This record gives sequence, structure tokens and C-alpha cells, in this order.
Amino acid sequence: MELIADKKDRITWHLACHQSDVPEEGGACALIEGKQIAIFHFTRRGEWYATDNECPHRQQMALSRGMIGSQQGEPKVACPFHKKTFSLKDGSCLSGEEYKINTYPILVKDGLVYIGI
Amino acid sequence: MSVNTNKRIVVVGNGMVGYKFCEKLIAKAKSDQKFELTVFGEEPRAAYDRVHLSEYIAGKTADELQMAPLSWYAENDIRLYLSDPVVDIDRQRKEVRSHHGLIVPYDYLVLATGSGAFVPAIAGVEKEGVFVYRTIEDLDLIQSHARKARRGAVLGGGLLGLEAAKALLDLGLEEAHVVEFAPRLMPRQIDEAGSGILQRQLESLGLNIHLSKSTQQILGGDTIEGMQFADGTVLDVDMLVISAGIRPRDEVAKAAGLETHPRGGIVVDNFMQTSDPAIFAIGECALAHQMIYGLIAPGYEMADVVAARLTGEEKEFKPYDMSTKLKLIGVDVASFGDPFVEEPACRTITYENKAKGIYKRINVTPDGKELLGGVLVGDAEQYNMLLQTCKNKTVLPPDPEDLILGSRGGEEAGAGVMSLPDDALICSCEALTKGMICHEITENNHTTIDSLKKATKACTGCGGCAPLVKDLIQGTMKQQGLYIRNIICEHFDYTRQELLDMVKMNGYRTFSEVVEGLGKDDGCETCKPLVASILASLWNENVLEKGRATIQDSNDRYLANIQKGGTYSVVPRIPGGEITPDKLIVIGEVAKKYGLYTKITGGQRIDLFGAHVSDLPKIWEELIAAGFESGHAYGKALRTVKSCVGSTWCRFGVQDSVSFAIEVEERYKGLRAPHKLKSAVSGCIRECAEAQSKDFGIIATEKGWNLYVCGNGGSKPQHAQLLATDVDKETCIRYIDRFLMFYIKTADPLTRTATWLNKMEGGMSYLKAVVVDDVLGIGEELEQEMQTLVNNFKCEWKEVVDNPELRKRFNHFVNAPEEKDPTVQFDDMRDQKRAKEWA
Ligand code: SRM
Ligand SMILES: Cc1cc2nc3c(=O)[nH]c(=O)nc-3n(C[C@H](O)[C@H](O)[C@H](O)COP(=O)(O)OP(=O)(O)OC[C@H]3O[C@@H](n4cnc5c(N)ncnc54)[C@H](O)[C@@H]3O)c2cc1C
Ligand code: SF4
Ligand code: FES
Repeated sequence: MELIADKKDRITWHLACHQSDVPEEGGACALIEGKQIAIFHFTRRGEWYATDNECPHRQQMALSRGMIGSQQGEPKVACPFHKKTFSLKDGSCLSGEEYKINTYPILVKDGLVYIGI
Repeated sequence: MSVNTNKRIVVVGNGMVGYKFCEKLIAKAKSDQKFELTVFGEEPRAAYDRVHLSEYIAGKTADELQMAPLSWYAENDIRLYLSDPVVDIDRQRKEVRSHHGLIVPYDYLVLATGSGAFVPAIAGVEKEGVFVYRTIEDLDLIQSHARKARRGAVLGGGLLGLEAAKALLDLGLEEAHVVEFAPRLMPRQIDEAGSGILQRQLESLGLNIHLSKSTQQILGGDTIEGMQFADGTVLDVDMLVISAGIRPRDEVAKAAGLETHPRGGIVVDNFMQTSDPAIFAIGECALAHQMIYGLIAPGYEMADVVAARLTGEEKEFKPYDMSTKLKLIGVDVASFGDPFVEEPACRTITYENKAKGIYKRINVTPDGKELLGGVLVGDAEQYNMLLQTCKNKTVLPPDPEDLILGSRGGEEAGAGVMSLPDDALICSCEALTKGMICHEITENNHTTIDSLKKATKACTGCGGCAPLVKDLIQGTMKQQGLYIRNIICEHFDYTRQELLDMVKMNGYRTFSEVVEGLGKDDGCETCKPLVASILASLWNENVLEKGRATIQDSNDRYLANIQKGGTYSVVPRIPGGEITPDKLIVIGEVAKKYGLYTKITGGQRIDLFGAHVSDLPKIWEELIAAGFESGHAYGKALRTVKSCVGSTWCRFGVQDSVSFAIEVEERYKGLRAPHKLKSAVSGCIRECAEAQSKDFGIIATEKGWNLYVCGNGGSKPQHAQLLATDVDKETCIRYIDRFLMFYIKTADPLTRTATWLNKMEGGMSYLKAVVVDDVLGIGEELEQEMQTLVNNFKCEWKEVVDNPELRKRFNHFVNAPEEKDPTVQFDDMRDQKRAKEWA
């Protein structure tokens, strides 16, 4: 599994969890440095993503419980509260609103998942 | 220098047509034309949608029926005087005087006084409990009297009478009767065979119909107690709605010396001008081309003619087509063109299906080239097409019967709405042609009904053109290659029903199999839960296993409903609403231990709110140990079967409704469907369990059980309809099995049973034919499929509690399973807690 990140040099990698802690085609939430990070295992595409766990719409800590999928090939997650959808790649809101979530670099190695902050 | 002398306009009557006149005049006025508009209305409220008056009984508010808010009149400088009828017209001085004594001069006067109900001179009509059906006030009176009435009748079996009869049924009267003088219903619109089918349909819905009855006297003291007919028979009723026709309101015009017709109506010419050139009459008070047009579309056209005239355009009112389409008590009825021509002046083609309650007749020219008119009862889907074909004299296909039968194989007959000429009138209320609507779709991008409504006002009058407009949107977009079919989403090119059939055929059990076999890409929040629901309805395996957890809607994934703040609710099943004191104590103890807010739900059970996700398995472990099961409050699944106490305690109960409710709830618990399912069982006709508001509801009778289906509450309430009468328990369960399975297999996603039925061709009679008469021969198969699902039931919460792998998923943090979400916050309220308000 390769690194999906660009700002390689300024980030610190934190161990988040075991690969098997994150359900296939779904997400889980990890607590890292006091921050809630949503981790997604997009198994069909062989991809991993990390974003804020908080949905900017109503500040609910729930994105990790959202459903993932794709829109015109763009991987996305839908918030379980009111189904706003966000790109897993750049965090932009795909359901046409001004919201944006942070995305984080993620690295999976030897069955372990690391998040870069 | 241009001086505009004819600028003071007074409108008498603020009904639908009077209002429309103001709207059109303002729209047509050129920049140098300034009008001073004064409107007098006799009713206490501004113009409202009388055509949809009956929806007031179904729950629409007076405000929702309003044509335009009061602010609209103010914004357009219209002086509006309500509750103040005009009582006198002084034609010499050109001024009107109102009841309150206002005197207003006019250059032009527009009479739009409409009509009132015609009340025949029958002895006793003045009694309490006798009503007419015309205004919101009439409906208020009817509604309040109906609360103390049990048996109601309507005098008149015409269009309005049948609508009033529907209102009586909706008001929950035990008996509703229709009394008609003629030997058949709706004699002015449909032919004898059509009336016959309509009558049978209405009777099956619970109306009692009495034909060839001439009412001689209304019986009773101060209040009506019955009706006495000329043939000596008597009908006991405690309320009566008179709907025997309309009488144009021409009294003020007549007193002012304007020409009126002996049988009512202000006589006008083709320009809506009365015998005084400064005075016009429009709407239901006007007699044009020797007739009163009792429909809204010609009324609007008259308003347009006068507005055109006053703004300097030329326009004439031509004899107007009286074609109509209505839904009467759920039965479609339509007639168009000349419905009654007989052979040899035409060739008549009829189709009749008694099982489905459908009758169709078309009259074509003897050479088979043109459509002259026709009648549709029970299924009027082709109405708009036929009407347009008739009006536009479109050349018919070689087999004209295809028009009503649908072509059997081969291309669609007549080639649909897209084959109409551009000037075909689509919305007659607003005079919109096909060309105008298509222009809005293609040029201005109004591609939904809602945005077209806003842009053009199409579908906002009688609403009859809505199906045609929908077809136009689809057709136009299809022509542009924009839209092909009603498919699930970008990942599946199928409808739900197609997908279900194919999943079943292929025996797929996981989302991956389904998307790889039948779809593309990765799926999304639309198709995943839909596939989850299909898999559950087909196989009834645990929703969280085999990778199915992450395709469930979030609530299904956590087997609980997410609440504000991110906690969950816990709803244990309490079948039939019956619970022992011991179990009540367990709920109390669990709630205390985990700090949960408790509330009795609207579904006769108890909801515990505010559970942290990591507490859910522990809470359920304790509840399951005490004998509870999941209540599936989170799933598109069976929710509750409510019960009333029934014959075990209630002095009126005729059957044991609680036992039957528990039996029904135990049978269908966990059943997943396109939408949630609710049921109820009442022990007698008083209906304390509200079974008639459920997807399937059962009411005890002396002889057995009555089964009602396809009702719901929610935002658009709809009463359930009777499917079977006086059946025993076994038969009742069999019918429910068939009904539910048929629904599960054929409904669109997230469609409740009521909406499913509304969209079903043939409606209730068709559903009855499938479920009760088994015309499709699938009854046994449906029952077996249901039995398989029933046999496969397992409490999914028990499976989670017993399975460490599944249990592991119920944490907030994967790397700190013991820790709860620190952002969750509560407030206090009435000795319990509540979720903190959103930021
Ligand atoms: C708890 C309860 C309100 C209460 O405190 O009484 C409730 C709560 C919710 N209702 Fe309800 N409804 C509750 C009875 C009803 C009823 C009354 C009844 O069942 O007799 C109705 C009208 C009857 C009907 O459905 O025909 C009702 C019509 C709705 C609707 C509208 C459905 C419709 O077809 O229009 C929704 C929205 C939906 O399902 O899409 C809804 C949706 C909801 C949701 C699921 C909204 C949500 O997604 O969070 C609420 C979940 C609360 C929770 O976590 O449990 N609820 N809801 C009731 C639970 C009953 C139970 O024991 O299961
Ligand atoms: C229950 C019901 C269902 C209907 N369904 C349909 C349908 O499905 N399709 C269809 O095409 N048509 C239908 N109609 C008929 C349609 O409502 C009428 O054609 C339409 O309302 C006529 O409009 P109008 O403005 O001429 O009269 P109205 O709407 O009756 O308005 C006239 C107004 O003038 C007022 N008025 C009378 N005299 C005076 C006075 N001297 N001074 C001031 N004000 C006065 C009256 O109080 C009234 O408010 C239905 C009617 C009813 C009652
Ligand atoms: S009515 Fe609305 S607010 Fe009340 S429980 Fe139902 S969905 Fe929630
Ligand atoms: S809180 Fe996420 S969509 Fe509303």
C-alpha cells in the first residue's frame, strides 16, 4: 500500500489502528492527538482515506459512520445525519454547498494504519 | 399626450375567476396603462382554490388554499374589501354601493359573482343538519355537525355530489348515501355503461347509492332525521348535503336591469359584455353561448378575454370544450369531446373489465380517421392524450382501439404527447401550448414540474395537465438525449423491481456480487441501502454479516436511530403494546443504569434515548436477557402493530384484538420492505387502534375481521381501503402475506404502500384482483415466499450481542474502545436529559 500524500516532509505519522479495525467498504474513528479522525477503507478500489470526523453542517462527530461510494468516479462519504456528501480526495462538498472538510495523508504498512498530521 | 380615461375598474366578487382577472389585467397592462382596481368580495377571506375545496377536509388549511396572500393585493395597489358584497349598481352614475355603504365609481365594472348551490324547494330544507357544499364556511359547518352524526346523505349524484360524498366518508360517518333523481350517476358526463361501472366501484368503497329517487320531504323536528321519497320509502339520516346543481348569482345584475336568462345567468356576448357596454360578466355568473360553464378553465379564459379587451387587445370567447377528468373517491372518471354520439354518426369502440372496474369508450368518425369523444372510468391515464388527439383532429392509427387498449406489441399508439403539434393546448387553465412549455424546458432549463409551475403557472389551476406536462418534460429531455429512464442511480441502470428480480435470479447475497454482476463503479448512498433492503427482503439474513453492515443506512448499520449529538435510541419490541409489569421494571432499570431519557412513543411502545454507541450492545444484552427483541425502529421494516384492548376487557369489543395484534406482529417482525410498515388491530368499529391509518389494518366484526390496506399517517395522510370483509384469521393472514410480498416485490424504493397503490394502474380493484381473486395466479408463491422469510427470522440484536466480531464495531474510537465521544453533551429537562441544541 502506497502513501497517498504530497506534503511528505512536514508531517508526523501517528499509528491509528490495525487494518482490520476498519470495516471493509466503511469507516471508523480514531482519536489522534486529541483530534477525531475518520478513516475509510475503500476496499473495492484498494484505497484508504482519512478526513475530519466532524461534519461541518451541524458539527456532528459522525462522518466515520457515513456511507462511502463514488460520484462520477470521485470517492465520497455521505454524512449519516442529513446526507451531505464530501469528496474523500479533497474534502470538498459534492452536494453543492460551501462546506469543506480536512483530509489527511494516510499510510498502511504491515497491517497497521498511520495518519499524518 | 396620452390620457388614459378608462382606468377605474371595479370587480364584484373575489372568487377564482375574479382573482384571475386581476392577475391577468396586471400582467397584460402596458407601461403607459395605469389601472385603479377595486375588488369587493362577499366572503370573509380572499380568493381561494374552490376546485380543491375538498382538500380542506383532508387537512389543507385555508391559507394553503389561498390563490394569493393579502400582501399580493397590496403590492399591486388593489383595494380589496372583504365581507362586503356589492348591493347596488347605479348604471347612470356609474358607481356601485356596498353593503357597508361604500360608494365607488367605475369606468368599467366586472361582475364575477360566481354561483351558489341550487337548493330545490323540498319541504324541510331549512332544518338543522342540511348543508350546501360551496365555501370554506360550508365545510366548517359540515365538519362540526359530522362529529355528532352517524349517517349522512348527499342529494345529487353529479360531479359535485360525489365529491361531497367522498367528504362524508372522509369525515368518518358510519354510513354515506348518495341520492340521485336520474336513473344513473353523472348523467351529464358519462354514458350508461360507464355509470354502471362507476357505481359498482363506489359501492365497493362503502357508498350506498340510491337512483331514480325523488325526494319529497325532509323529516325531523328542528334537526333532520330522514328523507322521504316519492315512492314512499324513507332513508334515516342525521345529515344531508345538497348538491343538486348550481344557480348563477345574477341578483345584483338583474336588479340593475341587465339582461339575465330566465333560468339564471347574466347574458353576455362573445366579448363577455353584458347589455351595458361598460359592464362585463365572467365566470360562473355569466351565460355565454347559451350556457353556464361550471368549470374553472372556461372561467379563466373569460377573465383573459376581458383583461385583453381592457388593455387594447382583440380576443373572443369561443364555445369552450367541457371535457373533464376527475378522481372521484379514488376512481378516475373522464369524458371528452362528444361522449354520447351514437352509431351510425360514429363508430363506437368500448372496453370493459369488470374485475378491475374499468370502462373505456371512444367514438371515432365512420371512416375511422378522427376521434370525436369518449368516456373513461376506472383508468383515465390516456385522458390527456385522447383529449389532445380529439381537439387537434390528429389522424388516428390504423387500429383506433389501440388508443384505449395500448398497442399489443409494436410501437406506442398515436406516438404519445411528443407527436402533438406545437400549438396543442396543454394547460387550458393558463392557456399554455405545447410549444410554450417545451420552450421553457429547453431554453430556460425548467426541467422539473416545480420549476415549470413557477415559471408558467402550468398545473396550478385544476392540475389536470400535470401528467401531460410530466410526459413533456421526459419526452423533451429524451429528445435531447438527456434522460432515458427512471433508474436507481449512476451505478445501476435498472428500476428497483428489475434489480430485485435479477438479484433473486442470480442468487446474489452481497453488495459486491450485485454491483459486479449488475452495476458499475462503487455504489453510493442511494443504491447501497436499496440493495441492502432487497437482499433483506429476499433472504432475511442478518443485515450486518457478509460485508452488509456498511451498505446499510447508518441507522441499520448500528441497529439504532442516530439522534442529535450522535447518540442513539433503543426501541425494544413490545408486540401489540402489551407489556408485563416485570418487563416495565427492566426497562426502567436499564434506562436508569445507562442514563437514558424515556418516552412512550406514538407506536405504543417505549423509546430510550441518548445511548452512547459503545453502550448499545450492553443495553441490548440486558434487554434480551429479560426477553425483549429488537423493535426494528431503525429499519425500513415492520414497526408496530398497535392494538386496542378489545373484547378481553372492553364492553364493546367483539373480538380479541390484542391477541391478534400480537400474532400479526410476531409473524411479520423484522420483515424488510421498500419503506417502513405499520399495522393495527381494533376490536370493534369504534376503531381505537386507528387501523385505517395503517399500511395494513384489521378491524373486528361480529363475523370475523375486515382487512384494510394502504393507509398511512405522516405528512400526507391517507385512509386505508377495504380489501376483504368478514374473513377468518387464517384468510386474513394469507391476504396480508400476499399483499406484503406483492408490495415488496413491485414497489419503488422508499415508497409507502399508499403511494404505491396511488401509482398502481387499476388501483384498488386491481390490487383486490391480485390479492383476493388471485388473477395473476401467484397467490401461493407469494405466501410461500413470506413463510420462508418468517422462518428465517432471528433477532439481529441478539446475534450482535452474541458475536464478538460484530460487537467490536460498536465503539466510537477504534483506538480507544473504552472512551466515549467527548463532544456528546446533554441538557436537563423535567427531571430527565435531552440532547443539546445544534450549534
Ligand atoms: C419515536 C417516534 C415519535 C414519538 O416519540 O412518539 C417517532 C420518531 C421518528 N420518526 Fe416517526 N416516530 C414515531 C411514530 C410515528 C407515527 C405514529 C404511528 O406509527 O402510529 C407516524 C405516522 C404514521 C405513519 O407512519 O403512517 C410517524 C411518521 C414518520 C414519518 C413519515 C412517514 C410517511 O410515510 O410520511 C417519518 C419519516 C420517514 O420514515 O421517512 C418518521 C421518521 C421518524 C424518525 C425515524 C426520524 C429519524 O430518522 O430520526 C424518528 C426516529 C426517532 C427514534 O430514534 O426512534 N416518522 N412516526 C414514534 C415511534 C413509534 C414506534 O414505537 O416505533
Ligand atoms: C366542491 C367543488 C369542486 C369543484 N371542482 C371542480 C373541478 O374539479 N374542476 C373544475 O373545473 N371546476 C370545479 N368546480 C367549479 C369551480 O370551482 C368554479 O367553476 C369556479 O370557482 C368559478 O369561479 P367564479 O369566480 O366564477 O365563482 P366563485 O369561485 O363562486 O366566486 C364568486 C365569488 O363572488 C362572491 N360574490 C357573489 N356575489 C357578490 C357580490 N354581490 N358582491 C361581492 N362578492 C360577491 C361570492 O361570495 C364568491 O366568493 C368545483 C366547485 C366546487 C364547489
Ligand atoms: S414528527 Fe418529526 S420531530 Fe417528531 S419524531 Fe417524527 S420525525 Fe422526529
Ligand atoms: S450534520 Fe452532517 S449532513 Fe447535517
